[in-house]
Amino acid sequence: MQFGIFSVGDVTPDPTTGRTPTERERIKAMVAIAQKAEEVGLDVFATGEHHNPPFVPSSPTTMLGYIAATTEKLVLSTSTTLITTNDPVKIAEDFAMLQHLADGRVDLMMGRGNTGPVYPWFGQDIRQGINLAIENYALLHRLWREDVVNWEGKFRTPLQGFTSTPRPMDDVPPFVWHGSIRSPEIAEQAAYYGDGFFHNNIFWPAEHTKRMIELYRTRYAHYGHGTPEQAIVGLGGQVFMRKNSQDAVREFRPYFDNAPVYGHGPSLEDFTDQTPLTVGSPQQVIEKTLSFREYAGDYQRQLFLMDHAGLPLKTVLEQLDLLGEEVVPVLREEFAKGRPADVPDAPTHASLLAAKETAGEARETEKTGDTGEEETAA
Amino acid sequence: MKLVVVSAGLSVPSSTRLLADRLAAAVDRKTPVDGEVVEVVELRDLAVEIAHNFTNGFPGKALAAALDAVTRADGLIVVTPVFSASYSGLFKSFFDVLDKDALAGKPVLIAATGGTARHSLVLEHALRPLFAHLRAVTVPTGVYAASEDWGAEGLPERVDRAAGELAALMTGLSAGREEKKPAHLEVADFTVVPFAEQLARVSSSGG
Repeated sequence: MQFGIFSVGDVTPDPTTGRTPTERERIKAMVAIAQKAEEVGLDVFATGEHHNPPFVPSSPTTMLGYIAATTEKLVLSTSTTLITTNDPVKIAEDFAMLQHLADGRVDLMMGRGNTGPVYPWFGQDIRQGINLAIENYALLHRLWREDVVNWEGKFRTPLQGFTSTPRPMDDVPPFVWHGSIRSPEIAEQAAYYGDGFFHNNIFWPAEHTKRMIELYRTRYAHYGHGTPEQAIVGLGGQVFMRKNSQDAVREFRPYFDNAPVYGHGPSLEDFTDQTPLTVGSPQQVIEKTLSFREYAGDYQRQLFLMDHAGLPLKTVLEQLDLLGEEVVPVLREEFAKGRPADVPDAPTHASLLAAKETAGEARETEKTGDTGEEETAA
Repeated sequence: MKLVVVSAGLSVPSSTRLLADRLAAAVDRKTPVDGEVVEVVELRDLAVEIAHNFTNGFPGKALAAALDAVTRADGLIVVTPVFSASYSGLFKSFFDVLDKDALAGKPVLIAATGGTARHSLVLEHALRPLFAHLRAVTVPTGVYAASEDWGAEGLPERVDRAAGELAALMTGLSAGREEKKPAHLEVADFTVVPFAEQLARVSSSGG
């Protein structure tokens, strides 16, 4: 199972000091956070994509390319890549380039984006969001698997004799997750392709997450990719920890109360009760995270939101120390217990390459077999 | 027949609830409704959860149950007090957090209470356009009860006429309601369009 962090990349004033970091500070902080994630033994760093203030990460592959050059093991991902407003041709090119530079340590998560004006700014219509996600991804999927593509669709210029370069590393496209909070169409899409499904449950009650994942698992099996239990599921999480849980609550409360998403709304206590947010000791984080399995089944990727709402970099790095040293090692051990052997890990470049080679050998054997039969028949 | 009542009265007891109960009893006389008691959604009890739905993006448990009951109803009676020449903010907020398609084609009886009869057209100028927007089938007779109506002639007759209209629509519309299309699957309580069909729709929808 993979553990990692995902960043929204918001530039938010620290409510306890009133200080707002500059964009440059925030961008550098995201890089430092990613590097720290590797240092403390996490597996994945994912960045959001936004095209409006107060967010900085508009160019994910630029940032991830830089991080790739300064890390060794970390898998670089997105949360999410806007499949609706980005040209699928450019996504194919950018992420294949990143994949080569990062020696395969790349996957990505498709999302539609919920900021209304971004659609017209990029020449699209939000009412076509689902259709854009479906058509654009269908094209992206082909661009990474067919050397020469002829294509015509509703939303972009037709392609005649187009080859997306560079070709994916080892002819193995980056693994794709599809992120959606409440659209059954996207769970269906992920299931159809046998891709991963990520439910960012951090603002949602468990009952809803459970239904979305059940839908995806059922349809994954329907499309013949494996059993429902073998479907590739990712979940979000949101934590703030101190050794002493009361210290955590006291320190995090002003950030919670003023957070851009849920600030000035529910109480910290109600929100931690209803959603995956955990504010407390590392032990409490362990218990809450382990409980996700009760409604999501055995899953493959757990990403935590750690750097938001104006938390200073120093605090975030301390949080990552706690996550890497005290929480994740226990989670790895506990999640492994009782996990059926046929539930796969999250696909990586190495595992996809191995699967491709095995499939290739199987085809070779089959061919040889066929020839033999034909000879006998002749 | 499942009848659900939405009442936005704030005091306990409230004349809004009183009117709601009389309307519900009148409908029950015309067309027997399911269950021993009609389900009543008291918005006062849900006020905090409704506010949190705006800030959190999802309903709490009690509000989710109420939204579900309204969505599944064969007919609705909605009653609001008049505040500042319109429905109350709480009343509107409940319908703001309800799914935008939940009332499509659903028979709805609109009613309101107020201190004076001078606001009675609130039914026509505020409630009826709201439910038209939500694509509900609003019955022709709306019932407005001013304080003075509780001691005057005419209210019982209006209650009866509106209830008769709602009962007729509930019976007629539920009989004519389409069965779910077999192409759509129900999985984990979601309606799913198989992917191939969804993809075909995109390519056939034209430029």
